Amino acid sequence: MAEKRTPALLIEDNRYCPGCGHGIINRVLAEVLEEMGLAEEAVISLAVGCGGLMMYSFGTDWIQAPHGRAAAVATGFKRVRPKNCVIAYQGDGDALAIGFSETMYAAIRNENITAIIVNNGIYGMTGGQMAPTTLPGQKTATSPKGRDADTTGLPLDVIAFMKERKVGYLARGSLHSAREINRVKKYIRAAIENQMNGGGYALVEILSPCPTNWYMTPEAAMKHIENTVETVYPLGEFVKNGEKVDA
Amino acid sequence: MAMKLMKGNHALAEAAVRAGCRFFGGYPITPQTEILEYLSARLPEVGGTFLQAESELGGVNMVYGAAAAGCRAMTSSSGPGFSLLQEGISYIASAELPAVFVDVQRYGSGLGDIFQAQSDYFTATRCGGHGDYKLLVYAPASVQESVDLTVLAFDKADQYRNPALILSDASIAQMMEPVELPEMREVDFDRPWAARGRHGGENKRISSTMYYIENFDSYIKAKYDDMVAGEQRWEAVRVEDADVVLVAYGISSRICKEAVMQARERGIRLGLLRPISLWPFPVKGFAEVNPEVKAYLAVELSALPRLEEDVRLAAGQRVPVESFLGGMNIPESSALVERAASLISASGTFQR
Repeated sequence: MAEKRTPALLIEDNRYCPGCGHGIINRVLAEVLEEMGLAEEAVISLAVGCGGLMMYSFGTDWIQAPHGRAAAVATGFKRVRPKNCVIAYQGDGDALAIGFSETMYAAIRNENITAIIVNNGIYGMTGGQMAPTTLPGQKTATSPKGRDADTTGLPLDVIAFMKERKVGYLARGSLHSAREINRVKKYIRAAIENQMNGGGYALVEILSPCPTNWYMTPEAAMKHIENTVETVYPLGEFVKNGEKVDA
Repeated sequence: MAMKLMKGNHALAEAAVRAGCRFFGGYPITPQTEILEYLSARLPEVGGTFLQAESELGGVNMVYGAAAAGCRAMTSSSGPGFSLLQEGISYIASAELPAVFVDVQRYGSGLGDIFQAQSDYFTATRCGGHGDYKLLVYAPASVQESVDLTVLAFDKADQYRNPALILSDASIAQMMEPVELPEMREVDFDRPWAARGRHGGENKRISSTMYYIENFDSYIKAKYDDMVAGEQRWEAVRVEDADVVLVAYGISSRICKEAVMQARERGIRLGLLRPISLWPFPVKGFAEVNPEVKAYLAVELSALPRLEEDVRLAAGQRVPVESFLGGMNIPESSALVERAASLISASGTFQR
């Protein structure tokens, strides 16, 4: 029988809703840090939002950043302690709406940090309002008739903004299947290796379900990502070792 | 040590470096920009980090990250930019991290203008961000004091693990005066509270300390009460026998000093109480004042009274308190003497 192993970095049960993607991503991140021998070196700059709940359950050093500012906080820390593995862990509202400037400028400076942006298309913590990543027509608490792209714009693809810049690593993964979760793990590992090799800015964006605010079962939410969300947000590695990956 | 002729902003920046500051993240805004420019060249010379941020929001949060790493860190700004720093200052205070801020005050709300003013007094002393915190606020009145108070601000920020603010203004920042600089200091980043990776120990959690401290309400109240008890600083000039006491800080206190000398030559008993710490406000300094004082006159470079409120609280309603306001118009020392003289002659009619 297979042995059940939980990464020691997960020091408590997580506090996410059932079916939330953050729990999977926390688990994968903990595995990567432990496998790379970085559990004692990692410092996480934590967003405000559901991602911030990992403060209770994730056992690395961490800093609670103000809403949207995790990349700037991570920058200040990394410049002072360049040997640490510094990760900005954020949701899409945090990183791409209120924190778009801080997020983009970390990439523009090619800051040697790793950003993980969890894209579930809404603001989870406040109850499912429209985010920059919300799909056209998607009903949310603040777009009750569906997102109107004519008045609120199109979904924000941050990797499209960043991939023309000089950055180290850009990838987008999805949680919709075990195979994709394994890819996400590979991307996170590559993004952290990039940082530890001094490769500059690295980002892994992860398409993640929010069954609670999507009003779906966990299973239906995963199918929605596969069938709908991924048509708007393409998966894969876009920049590797500072070079654009040919599509 | 030899004196050196330096501009206020440059002297303040050099003092920060010598106090062990090794991180600055900031954004250009007149009249503080020379601090940014100076440190862009100077910090790399001592192994420090200078970062020009994309905004004051970026800058203050870089300072937050650097402070969490245990580094003596600073940013500076002025008026409109100081408003943008408030969010980050609240987080840094809430996480009980030391850091030093500088507001080189300029005139006006909104965009305002770039000349000297003292209108940010409330933002500085009441705390401009959300929640329960205070800043240690120091007001230099000379280039030398810009140096001395910057060093003190770093030490006190460390002692209390609380942000400190230098509240300067365009005059002090732009003037040149001879200064004596302190010796260079290096401060070890590996302070017990600093995040640096857990290295086999318990993980460091840099966040609002209210999550971890029992009886937080009384804990945080006691912390700030300790500052009120121990950190009041002031200079008193001829207050023991004064009929009228001017109260002024920073650049306006220098006009007031001149007014005290002019008044004394005319036989008018005028004194000056100069707050050096604006928070905590030097209430204790008022005990040095002539118990028979007839009036206080708060002198400040702002269109609306700010300092006057603290003077009223300190004077305890026993003595009339008035304001001499300026801003667009800089008060002349002779006008202060005339005002003092009229306060004295009016005092005969006060019924107490």
